[in-house]
Amino acid sequence: MNEIVTVSKLVKTFGDLVAVDGISFEVARGEVFGFLGPNGAGKTTTINMLCTLLKPTAGTATVNGYDIGTRKNEVRESIGLVFQDPSLDDRLTARENLIFHAVVYHVPRSVRDARIDEVMGMVSLSDRLDDKVETFSGGMKRRLEIARGLLHYPKVLFLDEPTIGLDPQTRNYIWEYIEDLKRREGITIFLTTHYMEEAEHCDRIAIIDTGKIIALDTPEALKDNVGGDVIKLRTEDDESAEAELLSRFPELELLTDPECRLCFKTRKGEEFIPDLIRDFGTKIVSVSIHRPTLDDVFLQLTGKEIREEGADDLAAVRRFMMMPRTRK
Amino acid sequence: MDDRERIDAGTGGDRAEKGPGESTEEYLRRTNVRRAFTGAYIVWLRDIKRFWRDTPRRVGAFVQPLIYLFLLGTGLQAAFKVFGGGNTRYILFMFPGILGMTVLFTSVFSAISILWDREFGFLKEVLVSPVPRSSVAFGKIIGGATQAMIQGTILLVLMFFPFMYGFSVETALKALALIPLTLLLAIGMTAIGVAIAANMKSMEGFPMVMNFLLLPLFFLSGAMFPLQGLPGWMNVLTRLNPLSYGVDMLRGISLRGVEVTGGPAALLNKIPQQALNRMPAEVKAALTRAGSSMSLQTQRYPLWLDITVVSCFALVMLVIAIWQFSRQT
Repeated sequence: MNEIVTVSKLVKTFGDLVAVDGISFEVARGEVFGFLGPNGAGKTTTINMLCTLLKPTAGTATVNGYDIGTRKNEVRESIGLVFQDPSLDDRLTARENLIFHAVVYHVPRSVRDARIDEVMGMVSLSDRLDDKVETFSGGMKRRLEIARGLLHYPKVLFLDEPTIGLDPQTRNYIWEYIEDLKRREGITIFLTTHYMEEAEHCDRIAIIDTGKIIALDTPEALKDNVGGDVIKLRTEDDESAEAELLSRFPELELLTDPECRLCFKTRKGEEFIPDLIRDFGTKIVSVSIHRPTLDDVFLQLTGKEIREEGADDLAAVRRFMMMPRTRK
Repeated sequence: MDDRERIDAGTGGDRAEKGPGESTEEYLRRTNVRRAFTGAYIVWLRDIKRFWRDTPRRVGAFVQPLIYLFLLGTGLQAAFKVFGGGNTRYILFMFPGILGMTVLFTSVFSAISILWDREFGFLKEVLVSPVPRSSVAFGKIIGGATQAMIQGTILLVLMFFPFMYGFSVETALKALALIPLTLLLAIGMTAIGVAIAANMKSMEGFPMVMNFLLLPLFFLSGAMFPLQGLPGWMNVLTRLNPLSYGVDMLRGISLRGVEVTGGPAALLNKIPQQALNRMPAEVKAALTRAGSSMSLQTQRYPLWLDITVVSCFALVMLVIAIWQFSRQT
């Protein structure tokens, strides 16, 4: 049994709203599996179903070999959870929160203190063990929650938007912990995010939009599907450069972008550039390479940007500025 | 599955040792029972810690019963002296009512902690854990009842003061008898709160619903005023109110052998039998009626009925609360 999570045609509806629309996938033991999608795509709903907090409308799933509908208790024993919203008791100390968790997850008393020291060391919070949680910063709380999620040695750790609302530095810390965890404990990590750059840390990503999985692969493969890197060339004489380029690399297709005359897509751009500039007749001013990001993947798959707020505003402004030109 | 695997699957990380000669079934059952109790215990412990650390709440819990007893009790005692005549010791009559009231409000409102936990996310941590929901509900109910009993105990200590029941073996026996019965009442009341909180999503609605439910229960319980000479409809309502049996139970025990009625009623009761016998029959009957109807009633229902009703009420509410809490997602 190499799959630790199997999901088959899972559906969840809230009234007329179909939050999760018949998704199926598998997560292998020991991998970091990411759910990527915009807010409201159904990520948290799926996690809540897998964690037995929500009853699926249809479909089945197993976690660690146990059915989420009929073997709830065993599923709950097998998982650790870090919710999107904080779920600590602020009035208690970090240690008291962890003891509470240890008792409800049946961590034997004999190993409890050692475990608490271990997980707190892992998230570098050992010196704050006896401070009340209300004195912690947002990042520290999140780290404490990750520590708590690991206290009972779960087989799968679910992280729902583990870095939301945190500054970039803390975000990096948390990713270091997650990667360290995967290396050391061989634990399976199932996380959701709407940050593209974070999804790159995953072994495999499921891209989810309006309740459906629209792509599932490694980040590299997903990006390859977009069609490789975009190379942007600027020269002193674009006319002759274009002729030279097409005669030397007849298979190249220039992009039809009016703002970028010498732009083209190629696989393995970093190997192509040395080939290109060696003995190039026209004087090159600059060469830039644009790696496809998961943003591009998402854009290509859904025809929209993943970030709703900021990006949309910018796009709206751009559209507005384009208007007189296109209307004419 | 062999034994080892079944034990692993059934007990997760816990590796408590199987006793010699114990079958796997017995071991798993024993483990589950122990876990249910430790789960309830840690939920209880957390609630008590939070209560104890919150200084205003702790001070309030100590002061509130004193305010009711001394300010309201003394005021009503004075009023009864003037209008009831003589030396009616109304504060003694009211004491069991204040005990009941304190337990009622503290117990029921303690369940608001469930809504706090929902609001601040901690409830999810509890609900997704492998602890049975029923032991979480049980821990919450015992936690609320404990807080109510802390307040109740302060009142029980006050019983020994000379202006109350006095320092005597009799008072001590009464206080001892009151402890388990008050606890029973507190459990039933906290269970009402838990059952309602389990069905509510918002913090704001809880006090509204509670007041809507609690105030009638409270006013119809006889805690503040005697349930005597009431209009028929109100009399029926008081008899349907389980809390009136609770207050009657506390009052019956507290006031056993204590004379609270003074004034004319007491005088009527003191007319010697010979003198009564010499009076015309109708005068005698009228005097006897007046005597008992003007006395404060200290035991409305038989005590055994009180205890039975309160026990059944606590048990039924406990079951309803656990059922309601377990069914939430």
